[in-house]
Amino acid sequence: MHIVVCIKQVPDSAQIRVHPVTNTIMRQGVPTIINPYDLFALEEALRLKDRLGASVTALCMGPPTASESLRKALTFGADRAVLLTDRYFAGSDTLATSYALSMALTKIGEEFGTPEIVFTGKQTIDGDTAQVGPGIASRLKLNQLTYISKIVATDLEAGRITVERRAETGTQVLATKLPVLITMLEATNEMRRGTIAQALEAARAEIITWNASDVGIEDLTKCGLRGSPTIVKKVFAPTARSEAAAMIEAEGTMDAKARAVVDAIFARAPGVEDDLTAQALHHYV
Amino acid sequence: MADAAKPAPTKGGRANTKKELPEHFKAYKHVWVAVEIEHGAVHSVSFELLGEGRKLADKRGVELAAVLMGDDREALGKAAQDCFEYGADCVYIACDPALKHYRNETSTQVLTDIVNTYQPEILLLGATNLGRDLAGSVATTLKTGLTADSTELAIDEDGSLAATRPTFGGSLLCTIFTLNFRPQMATVRPRVMAMPEREEGRSGRIVEFTPNIAEDDVVTKVLDFIADRDSDKAALPYADVVVAGGLGLGSVENFQLVKDLAAVLGAEYGGSRPLVQKGWITSDRQIGQTGKTIRPRLYIAAGISGAIQHRVGVEGADLILAINTDPKAPIFEFAHLGIVADAVTLLPALTEAFARRLRVTRMAS
Amino acid sequence: MAEMEDTFDAIVVGAGPSGNAAAYTLAKEGLSVLQIERGEYAGSKNVQGAILYSDALEKIIPEFREEAPLERHVIEQRMWSMDDTSHTGMHYRSGDFNEEKPNRYTILRAQFDKWFSAKVKEAGALVLCETTVTELVKDLTGRVIGVRTDRQGNPIFAPVVILAEGVNGLVGQRSGLRPEIAPESVALAVKEMHFLPRETIEARFNLKGNEGVVIEAMGTITRGMTGTGFLYTNEESISVGIGCIVSDFAEGEATPAELLEAFKAHPSIAPLLEGSEVKEYAAHLIPEGGYKAIPQLTGDGWIVVGDAGQFVNAVHREGSNLAMTTGRIAAETVVALHRKGEAMDGYTLKEYERRLEATFVMKDLKKYKGIPGLLDANKTTFFGTYPRLFSQAMQTWFRVDGVDKKTKEKAILKSFRDSRSLRGLLGDAWRVARAWR
Ligand SMILES: Cc1cc2nc3c(=O)[nH]c(=O)nc-3n(C[C@H](O)[C@H](O)[C@H](O)COP(=O)(O)OP(=O)(O)OC[C@H]3O[C@@H](n4cnc5c(N)ncnc54)[C@H](O)[C@@H]3O)c2cc1C
Ligand SMILES: Cc1cc2nc3c(=O)[nH]c(=O)nc-3n(C[C@H](O)[C@H](O)[C@H](O)COP(=O)(O)OP(=O)(O)OC[C@H]3O[C@@H](n4cnc5c(N)ncnc54)[C@H](O)[C@@H]3O)c2cc1C
Ligand SMILES: Nc1ncnc2c1ncn2[C@@H]1O[C@H](COP(=O)(O)O)[C@@H](O)[C@H]1O
Repeated sequence: MHIVVCIKQVPDSAQIRVHPVTNTIMRQGVPTIINPYDLFALEEALRLKDRLGASVTALCMGPPTASESLRKALTFGADRAVLLTDRYFAGSDTLATSYALSMALTKIGEEFGTPEIVFTGKQTIDGDTAQVGPGIASRLKLNQLTYISKIVATDLEAGRITVERRAETGTQVLATKLPVLITMLEATNEMRRGTIAQALEAARAEIITWNASDVGIEDLTKCGLRGSPTIVKKVFAPTARSEAAAMIEAEGTMDAKARAVVDAIFARAPGVEDDLTAQALHHYV
Repeated sequence: MADAAKPAPTKGGRANTKKELPEHFKAYKHVWVAVEIEHGAVHSVSFELLGEGRKLADKRGVELAAVLMGDDREALGKAAQDCFEYGADCVYIACDPALKHYRNETSTQVLTDIVNTYQPEILLLGATNLGRDLAGSVATTLKTGLTADSTELAIDEDGSLAATRPTFGGSLLCTIFTLNFRPQMATVRPRVMAMPEREEGRSGRIVEFTPNIAEDDVVTKVLDFIADRDSDKAALPYADVVVAGGLGLGSVENFQLVKDLAAVLGAEYGGSRPLVQKGWITSDRQIGQTGKTIRPRLYIAAGISGAIQHRVGVEGADLILAINTDPKAPIFEFAHLGIVADAVTLLPALTEAFARRLRVTRMAS
Repeated sequence: MAEMEDTFDAIVVGAGPSGNAAAYTLAKEGLSVLQIERGEYAGSKNVQGAILYSDALEKIIPEFREEAPLERHVIEQRMWSMDDTSHTGMHYRSGDFNEEKPNRYTILRAQFDKWFSAKVKEAGALVLCETTVTELVKDLTGRVIGVRTDRQGNPIFAPVVILAEGVNGLVGQRSGLRPEIAPESVALAVKEMHFLPRETIEARFNLKGNEGVVIEAMGTITRGMTGTGFLYTNEESISVGIGCIVSDFAEGEATPAELLEAFKAHPSIAPLLEGSEVKEYAAHLIPEGGYKAIPQLTGDGWIVVGDAGQFVNAVHREGSNLAMTTGRIAAETVVALHRKGEAMDGYTLKEYERRLEATFVMKDLKKYKGIPGLLDANKTTFFGTYPRLFSQAMQTWFRVDGVDKKTKEKAILKSFRDSRSLRGLLGDAWRVARAWR
């Protein structure tokens, strides 16, 4: 079995700052990480590998420095890493990203065997759209399984897979045919630590690097900014609310303070008090 | 959406040159909401979207339509009436046994078929698991642009949809357009838009659409549906009163104080993301950018610093009270009421004070 | 591969300036090198701003200025003696520092170390991050033959291990190569990054382009403890921090965080930081014991470099340059032995120490060997009395209040004599001179 996991290298958004004057992202010095949601996808792939003996390919579209994230994927135990990098990909939105990645996936299929499962994370922490996975599935006509919390069974012979999917108000149990695209839900597993041998192998490994023409993209207008139907016209910082909080300055005991808080709340929201009282009444009756 | 990190497009760049909309897109008209139905029930995000869609349609001088997909014609009829009362002028109904459960395969096909047939200029979906699953496939199939998780929708002076959404974990906002493709698609998270007023008895036009699908051809089968036992899981976004705690509480034991206050207020409880990571609360109790968006009438935040990612999830609250030991905590910049105090000692006192007050009011009335 | 035993010509523990200098030099000379770093990447544990002294790096990577992420080159040095409300300063600023190859730069360690690490990889070394060396592997004779890590699997072998693990030196300690560091010979520094738009920094410090300023301060800011405060201008941020000897902190006068808060609020510092966005609070140890605290540096199959060897010149706040120099010289020693096919034992590796004697590293550390002791013995005088006296003297001198200058002169002299007796004053001067010699 062949499994491909799409991982994205993202700036660690916890450490991102916005330039106070120009409102641009100050990326300088902000470390990059593997999109945390993608680690759940990668670990799930590695578990399938442990169980079924699959080979796992990690795929990332990004700048040349994204090879660091791929190398890390190898350290965890992926068998192969492919970096898709080309300046024509710059500024891709989800439609253009899913196009480039699906072209790379096709090429991966030709070179290393058609994947039965393509994994993506639930979403990224920078783009944060959760659309690239479904986009790839649509393009490659893979059966789409999003928000998967558990892989219940995989029957390679019959080419079937059964999963649990997180719906809005419950869990769907779905069965479908391979090949599939799975977007893995967060907190469904915990990433392992590679062995010293894997770490050494990863440090030595060659990252397979392809550009647009390597994956057979002839029409560059489908890529990057030009291939993106969405257009970012304005980027701005959220406005601060005009007034800061009214501070409750109560002296005395905690109880006195608590009473002052309750008074302040109900003074501002008398309706809430009425409703809470009614609700309390309801309880006592 | 395009990577917002790239510097704002320079003048004369592609982004500022509005190309002429291709001829075949010119017929695309009207604002649509793809209504989300799971197990017979309409998700309220769809009504919130109808409220917002109404404004967009009025601004454009076009119709507002809802798309309903399911297998129970009677239930769909009822849902259609709800849609009219929440502002729809027209409802497209696709009824087929294969649409009994939501499945990406069937819904994508039916929705894209309806879109191609009736050609809306704007298509809105909820940014729920279902909506995100569907929107991504539909947009890719239609090869059009999609702005995910929008927080603000508007029509600009050229008549295009301007969808604003947070980016980089909420540190920035960006406004996104789909100028040369139709429909212009956007998803919006539950509770980001206010619930519209219901207009009893309002009605409209129903268009029946016959889906071109057959269960036998559908590859993916739903074997089972396990409804959430903990039935209040979905209640947090819709609660009137929410009490939440953050790392400032210091320990999982102290988090009980939040639950105690919530119990007295008949409120839902939640928390900041680190509490989920620490395992103090489950992830469906997380409030913020990557958790739930809430719009309660009263929100009490204890020991939460008010990071931007938390803030974007609670800004819709009518009244925010923040309890924090640090007078400079960012939460005081957007809370309405604040008190500098140790939450661990204030919370029990507050629980007590509320209990007494509510009892007193009851007796007086 | 997993079955194969992994053997290298040398293993370097740590990817700070000393480890990177060593690994780079070894790899450049064609040796097979494995470098192990516990951080997520080189520099990930070093979130601070710092001063980079060009000379030491130039000897390793002559063209570094074209590639390395440098913030600003230093054209002005301010030395301040501070009391609670004022500072008395000496500023040296020179256009000469705008030379073609500037002598000192401010850097952000996280970025700089990452760049240096990329050079190490380019040179051919294998770099393993997120891997901690837990212990040295020894043979029956006690000779170090490799390392064990916190990852599952076999040990990795090499005829020599270069310990560039920084001030804590836990591997060396645990393996019994060196004693625990004494709290008297290490300072704890806390530091913050304050972000400001570059235009603001340039206006505030009177800078153009990439020019930068360094402020070093001592006085009542350390509340009688031995230590200093500092402020560096980076491209779009300011690094500000303060550090004191750990054993002084133990006496409980103030916590490091309190000192830093007070330092930042000082009327001489606060306006420089106004309106900034604070990010990254970091604490780090600096070995300050000087020459007398240097542990055993070599043995059978091992060498110690950088902070792990206490190679810091506390008086001049030089550390990374000593780290890079010791790293480079250790590597050169190993290369020479490797070429000759000689064993790397306690005897042959002594060559490293002999080479070091001939450099500024040992010469400077020897010169100042008396300073740590002197400061420690006279803490209250040097970090309290004198800064206050200077400040008073300046007030008296500059305040125009109808008092004639001669009377002022007398008052100043008297104030010094009253608080520190003539003998005390002369004694201090003599002691400082001697320690400086
Ligand atoms: C991509 C991304 C997505 C994120 N999504 C979310 C999200 O959806 N929701 C979310 O909440 N966060 C999210 N975060 C995390 C967010 O950035 C903050 O780290 C988080 O909100 C901080 O949680 P906190 O306020 O509980 O903890 P802290 O920031 O540690 O704040 C604790 C606060 O408690 C106060 N305090 C301490 N002791 C007491 C006491 N005894 N009494 C009262 N106050 C006290 C302190 O002064 C402080 O203000 C996200 C981050 C990233 C990078
Ligand atoms: C606040 C502060 C300001 C300073 N300012 C300056 C300045 O302006 N100019 C200057 O020249 N010097 C300055 N110094 C001193 C300078 O930072 C040090 O002298 C220098 O970093 C020493 O380099 P090193 O390589 O020996 O150690 P380090 O930089 O400490 O590197 C050691 C590395 O080893 C890794 N490591 C440790 N143990 C293990 C293990 N078991 N397994 C794997 N990896 C391990 C660590 O993660 C670390 O990356 C300053 C120090 C401080 C604390
Ligand atoms: N540039 C990329 N390279 C590889 N995978 C990606 C890339 N962008 C997105 N993905 C995958 O698609 C998922 C959803 O991303 P997004 O739609 O941006 O939220 C991620 O979790 C990744 O698995």
